[in-house]
Amino acid sequence: MLVEIRNLRIQFPTATGLSDAVRNVSLILGQEKLGIVGESGSGKSLTARSILRLLPPNAVVTADKLEFDGISVMRADEVALRRIRGARAGLILQDPKFSLNPVMTAGAQIAEAWRVHRGGSRKLAMLAAIDLLTQVQIRDPHHVARAYPHELSGGMGQRVMIAMMLAPDPELLIADEPTSALDATVQAEILRLIEDLVSRRGMGLILISHDLPLVSHFCDRVAVMYAGRVVEELAAAELTHAQHPYTRGLLECLPTLSHQKRRLSVIRRDPSWLQP
Amino acid sequence: MISVLSREWLLSDTPASRAQAAWVRRYRGWLQFRANGLAMVGLVTVVIMIVASVAAPLLAIQDPSAQDLAGRLAPPSAAHWFGTDELGRDIFSRILYGGRVTLGMVVAVVLLVAPIGLAVGSIAGYLGGLPDRVLMRVTDVFLAFPRLVLALAFVAALKPGITSAIIAIALTAWPPYARMARADTLTVRASDFIAAIRLMGASSGRIILRHIVPLCMSSVIVRVTLDMSGIILTAAALGFLGMGAQPPMPEWGTMIASSRAFILDQWWVPTIPGVAIFVASLAFNLLGDGLRDVLDPRQR
Amino acid sequence: MKTLANSFASVPLTLFGLTLVTFLIGRVMPIDPVIAIAGDHATPDVIAAVREQLGLDKPLFVQFWIYLVHLVHGDLGRSVMTSHPVTADIAHYFPATLELATTAIIIAVVVGVPLGVFAAAHQGSRFDHMVRVVSLAGQSVPIFVLGLLCLLVFYVKLGWAPGTGQLDVAYEGLVPRVTGMLVVDALIADDWASFWDALAHLAQPALVLAYFSMAYITRMTRAFMIESLSGEYIITARAKGLSPTRILWRHAFGNIAVRLVTVLALAYAGLLEGAVITETVFSWPGLGLYLTVSLLNADMNAVLGATLVVGLVYLFLNLFADVLYRLLDPRVA
Repeated sequence: MLVEIRNLRIQFPTATGLSDAVRNVSLILGQEKLGIVGESGSGKSLTARSILRLLPPNAVVTADKLEFDGISVMRADEVALRRIRGARAGLILQDPKFSLNPVMTAGAQIAEAWRVHRGGSRKLAMLAAIDLLTQVQIRDPHHVARAYPHELSGGMGQRVMIAMMLAPDPELLIADEPTSALDATVQAEILRLIEDLVSRRGMGLILISHDLPLVSHFCDRVAVMYAGRVVEELAAAELTHAQHPYTRGLLECLPTLSHQKRRLSVIRRDPSWLQP
Repeated sequence: MISVLSREWLLSDTPASRAQAAWVRRYRGWLQFRANGLAMVGLVTVVIMIVASVAAPLLAIQDPSAQDLAGRLAPPSAAHWFGTDELGRDIFSRILYGGRVTLGMVVAVVLLVAPIGLAVGSIAGYLGGLPDRVLMRVTDVFLAFPRLVLALAFVAALKPGITSAIIAIALTAWPPYARMARADTLTVRASDFIAAIRLMGASSGRIILRHIVPLCMSSVIVRVTLDMSGIILTAAALGFLGMGAQPPMPEWGTMIASSRAFILDQWWVPTIPGVAIFVASLAFNLLGDGLRDVLDPRQR
Repeated sequence: MKTLANSFASVPLTLFGLTLVTFLIGRVMPIDPVIAIAGDHATPDVIAAVREQLGLDKPLFVQFWIYLVHLVHGDLGRSVMTSHPVTADIAHYFPATLELATTAIIIAVVVGVPLGVFAAAHQGSRFDHMVRVVSLAGQSVPIFVLGLLCLLVFYVKLGWAPGTGQLDVAYEGLVPRVTGMLVVDALIADDWASFWDALAHLAQPALVLAYFSMAYITRMTRAFMIESLSGEYIITARAKGLSPTRILWRHAFGNIAVRLVTVLALAYAGLLEGAVITETVFSWPGLGLYLTVSLLNADMNAVLGATLVVGLVYLFLNLFADVLYRLLDPRVA
């Protein structure tokens, strides 16, 4: 098992005490692609980031089990966590305009990721960076390597992010809404790229999104989150047979060309979904 | 029915009227301010200073200008809480009256500077084009001088004294307000509601005065409070250099200048006014910081 | 690059405004300069002659033109006090101020920047609170009080530091003047005794000025760092498994370095103001002392000349800061 989460609970302090952001979440992941779907505030990003302990400092995290490859992330110290981060698990964020360092060139950032975990000279690292840029299907890797993030388009920026996170050759990739900031045409390209690289390298993938059909297309399994809990977990192929009313609601409000509808359906939120 | 201005009403998540929403915002701001310990210290100190200055005639047991050459340079005692200065005057009373002078100068400067700066900045920002360029050029010229140096030059030309000091400080202090007001105006100028008011036929003057200026107010308030500490320091510096309030007026900076030579053996005579300046300046800084955190967090 | 040209283009206009303001200040004087020179009991003929000599009988804008012409030729008039040309006086006293200000800024940066960085890295900790209080105090304390107290404590009571002035009386005139900065000149002349004495005298005023400047620099560094540390790219850096030191300096600090340079240029300009007071307290023979003494003697030529020069330096430092920012920030270039 690559990742094992049992009974994860993430709380944040508010003016009126601790508030639950994530409750009773349990997930396991092997060498497969898991999609986590939910609306804003459902806790999907927090759940994924807790695997690498990359939460804000005021977060209160408790879990029966929070393990990466058998190592307890809860009890690990910073040094042990740094050995996991980057080298064994990578994280791709949503908008490369903000998630890439604005004052370092793309090549320098990728080379840094390479050098910190694989060692070697600066020249070697830069050559590796160029090679990685080719792997993410950038046509002019030398030019892009010398460019600053604000000079790159959204799609190119995400490719740089992917290259950077894959540089140390990790086992797991967490992609937190990697295409939400991109144009529709570029979205599919980037996801296909991620899927391709992950499969070829035999990596595990956690894909977080609010886009259900997108996730079902690219993942083996899907977990649906609502208000901090996992309300349903099923294989992507079985999505149409979903049981939980929230999942059904998500499926039904999708417009389709094959079945004409006079009105788009609206999800009716049942407060019972908030019960553990 | 929740009663108006009760705690529940002020913390409501669903205000029923615009007035209530405004009060909710103010109360939340006040709670946030109150949670900031240092800011509260600043506020309390400022209030104490204002009260002490206003009530100086009641609090000062001695006449601040009464000389007693036989008892000069006396250390703090029961008769003279802060001792006496080089002419035998009671330092405690002089500090209290000096507070009046200092705070009076600061208020005078602010009353001059804030309206002028706001006016110049909002007019320049709203009208744009040539008036904007001309006004900004003038602002730049005044900004090109370090404040103290320009104030010194002005005071030298006018004649050293409190009035000249006030005018001089005001002349050097207004540019940042103009800049700020202009920046705020530019942000607001393009918004839809301004366009709507213009369509309804409001004149430029009315738009600027009634709609734009209120939106600049929060940054101005923060800036004024923070500036006060700087104005206190500049006024004291002018006094120290002999260019501000002239002796025998009990201005804190002037007091230090005239007793400077006695720092070796009667160190309290120049030091106590110095501490007063420090406390006043620090209090306004703390208050201004706290206000900024509440009113204008982006500005940090 | 277009906006860079704009920055340069605005300089002549501002310069013009500067000279106009100083000229007008000079003419606002309630004291009639003619009486000041000719004396109270001069006859009308003498007064008229002096007036003509000073050019005060001509219309105002002609006077301004004459003033400008003089300026361009580097003539700022003659100081009533020293009877030297003001330009010569300023050239004589300016290096000492330069020496003081430069030493102060170096100390302020070396101490202030790391303090700000670490305070931001440990935001909310006791260290952070201490740093905040210390820099807030630095911005609230009147420099002359601090200077006087330092003299009292370190010179009088503890005897660690020497008294006022640039040099001990014993060393006066020993070092030939090359740059005007005693510490440098002593090094050039290989006079080690004078060097140490000059350095000892430099220490106190420089440290007092440095504290004042450091308060501002630390605050700005801390504020910038807090903003930088909240960026998404910091999460990315952590996710890459980089060490905290690397994240703090290479990533967070690297992002604010450019803005910090402009802050430093402005802080240096602000030191000019602080120098005026510090020099007065420590009898440091620099431009600030020249200005205040001229003020007390109502020597308007000297006052205006010094004000104009300080204004010029200030203006160019601001321009320099602007240029640096545009050159260094890859996002703006």
